[in-house]
Amino acid sequence: MDMGKKTKMNLGKTAVLLLITLAVYVVMKALLISSILSSYWGLVLDQALITTIGALGLCIIYGFSGQFSLGHAAFYGIGAYAAAFVSKTYGHGSMAWFLLALPVGALTAALVAFLIGLPILRLRSDYLGIATLGFGIIVKVGMDNSNRLLPVLGGATGITGLPQVAGFDIIFLCTVMTVLLTRNFVQSSYGRACTAIRDDEIAADIMGIDTTRYKVLAFVFGCALAGLAGALYVHRYPFLHPSSFDFLKSFDFLLIVVLGGLGSMSGTIITSIAWVFLLEGLRFVLGQQFLEFRGVIYALILVVIILLRPQGIFGGKEVSVMAPPKAIPASGKEGPHADPGN
Amino acid sequence: MPILEIKDLSKNFGGLKAVSSFDLTLEENEIVGLIGPNGAGKTTVFNLITGIFPVSSGSIKFMGQDILGMKPFKITQLGIARTFQNIRLFKQCTVLENVRTIFHPRVKYGLMDSFLHTPRYSAEEERITEKSFELLKTMNLDDRAHLTAANLPYGDQRRLEIARALAGEPKLLLLDEPAAGMNPSEVGTLVEMIRFIRDHFNITILLIEHQMGVVMNVCERLVVLDFGEIIAAGLPEEIRNNQKVLEAYLGKGVVSA
Amino acid sequence: MEHFLDQVINGLQLGFMYALIALGYTMVYGIIKLINFAHGDVFMVGAFIGYYGFAKWGMPLPLAVITAMAVCAILGVVIEKIAYRPLRYAPTISVLISALGVSLFLEYFCSLRFVFGPNYRVVQRPFEEVHWVLGGVTFNNIQVMVAVVVIIMLLLLQYMIYRTKIGMAMRTVSFDHDAARLMGVNVDSVISVTFAIGSALAAAGGVLFAIAYPQIQPFMGIMPGLKAFTAAVLGGIGIVPGAVLGALIMGQVETLTAAYLPTQLRDAIAFAILIIVLMVRPTGILGKNKPEKV
Repeated sequence: MDMGKKTKMNLGKTAVLLLITLAVYVVMKALLISSILSSYWGLVLDQALITTIGALGLCIIYGFSGQFSLGHAAFYGIGAYAAAFVSKTYGHGSMAWFLLALPVGALTAALVAFLIGLPILRLRSDYLGIATLGFGIIVKVGMDNSNRLLPVLGGATGITGLPQVAGFDIIFLCTVMTVLLTRNFVQSSYGRACTAIRDDEIAADIMGIDTTRYKVLAFVFGCALAGLAGALYVHRYPFLHPSSFDFLKSFDFLLIVVLGGLGSMSGTIITSIAWVFLLEGLRFVLGQQFLEFRGVIYALILVVIILLRPQGIFGGKEVSVMAPPKAIPASGKEGPHADPGN
Repeated sequence: MPILEIKDLSKNFGGLKAVSSFDLTLEENEIVGLIGPNGAGKTTVFNLITGIFPVSSGSIKFMGQDILGMKPFKITQLGIARTFQNIRLFKQCTVLENVRTIFHPRVKYGLMDSFLHTPRYSAEEERITEKSFELLKTMNLDDRAHLTAANLPYGDQRRLEIARALAGEPKLLLLDEPAAGMNPSEVGTLVEMIRFIRDHFNITILLIEHQMGVVMNVCERLVVLDFGEIIAAGLPEEIRNNQKVLEAYLGKGVVSA
Repeated sequence: MEHFLDQVINGLQLGFMYALIALGYTMVYGIIKLINFAHGDVFMVGAFIGYYGFAKWGMPLPLAVITAMAVCAILGVVIEKIAYRPLRYAPTISVLISALGVSLFLEYFCSLRFVFGPNYRVVQRPFEEVHWVLGGVTFNNIQVMVAVVVIIMLLLLQYMIYRTKIGMAMRTVSFDHDAARLMGVNVDSVISVTFAIGSALAAAGGVLFAIAYPQIQPFMGIMPGLKAFTAAVLGGIGIVPGAVLGALIMGQVETLTAAYLPTQLRDAIAFAILIIVLMVRPTGILGKNKPEKV
């Protein structure tokens, strides 16, 4: 096999992935335009994609790097608030400002993640979980009182009248970019360093991996994706309210990542979409008078799935377009020496 | 210049002296055995060299450089690699990934190349994969490259640990009981491999081992620890007949009787 | 100064109640290394049962407390049997997710109209509140009752853990499941007993909470649950006296910040302290640092 073959295989997978994406896009767009998918379900679809972006962030942090975060919604919220601030103060519905608000949301979340991650990522498993949970609650309190700092942020009443400039196209594009970036990261030397830390942090350290650096890197990257998701969210839904970012929302992300199977991007993507549609589907199926059963059913489904498949639905596996190409050594090229064992 | 120079090294855990006044100098290309009864402090010496525990007193120099107080990953990047007594592979990763991961500090592409899978990324990945397969071949594991590490038989896991350590391109390799749990035929192969590694990669090896067959066969020099102190040092045949060593292993009464 | 002492007494009352909840977290964590997220909701169920007992079914208060404790003990055991035991050899995270599921289930199930209903209920206390002033410090009969009940329970628990056979079995299991099993300890039943005791204590805490802060609803368990868990971590999780110590500190922190700083910051400061403690001393105040074996 020549030197370029692996590169080609990888490009091949990317091409297949993009083709699938394009097909999905065309079908969805057709359904939306023909109104087979009502605007309500269009909204649900967008929510599903936004959730996918955020969940892939947690997939990097927890699924691939093993850093247990119960505060993911805080970064989703920080991205949302930062982007909302830009659009509300300067944008007023202009597309250019919206496109600026997206990176602002992602970068603000990344910056906060860096500042908080540097000290707290020293903690392990449960302790890290509870520290991030605490951080999430602090952020929520901050949002509830945000009007003291900047009146435009609205405090406990939230923000209304945000320009709804995000549509299916841009959300879909962001999702595809996120999927590609995540996959590329995981399949790089950086991703491998993160996975090594997940599997055995002490061994990774002793084998020459700067664990602090890669834990922070994964955390910052994952939180930036949450921030991007938040920034998209505020430009798609007219109300921004602190209660959308409480720790129950963090649990939502965690559930998706764990149910999808830790260390599986495909699992995370499919579970994100399925989960959002399941919740809305329940509303649809149950009808108005049974709406109160939704929470109960949600909880029961969760317990039943985890009891039946504790390793998650995909259990760390990837569907083949997301899996790394199987690396094989150059054929015909002899090793530099004879096998000592034979 | 010696590869490793340890002087007057001590480590206390609370009141317990795990290692005291330990001296060791390793010259280039040596294979030295560190032996002693269970609990003698052998693994603690490894842990001190690799920076896992802070030392209580003494000095450790690696190729002339003081490495005391350095973080484990820094020490490893300088050129010391090790294996573990209780195997610590990246269990959920494949055999190949276990080795490829260790090239990380010397990979010549950046974060942006990773995100975008640039040609530089592809070329470098190609190189790493090639080198990893060479190492796996050295350790007779190349046909198992795509298995999950956790599913390998015990002996294979031990050899994978060595392959992984070599991926760090070390000058000094610390092997902690490499033959533990291996069957006699695997042990024979291992002895060959250790010599081969030293010659081919031109490195120094310090190994802890309980199987005397391995120790006497492969080590050029032995250091014997008991209760954290060196009780004997010298050539294998000298150690074999050393009264103090026999006492440490078998107990005083037995030997004098 | 008197105002300060009043706040300290209020904080003590809150801390005592956190202690009852924190004990359940710490005992369960000590034995199966699980953050039992459903524990705060068991506390909520306890509050409702107690309230039904003395306000609706006409029980005398002590009987209502005992009924709530019994019901929750059973609830705790059932939760463990159905949702945690099948996952004992699964990854920890799976059990944690299951616990989250149980927590949500209890909250939403209790919100159903034919169960407790979704709305706030104001609790009519079974007795009048009486205030006393002693040396300029005000305190009331509710605070005295909380203190007495909690101290009695702590003493009983301490006696049970260190002086009875089941207590010894619990300590053994928390040390090493397999070794305990080999020594003839029935690990499953010890775990059940631990859940029963923890849940009963939370139920008692729930009834006291309903009397002290007379308003209950199905989601009332979340915040006290989180704070009690925080208290358990603060004191050193898995350590019984640590849970009490952590809870008393949390109670003080919360009431004092509410008294002297903007009330809205109360939760933020409680959790900021948690994060700082974890940074400085990750194993909690009474926890011991165990270096990992390499």
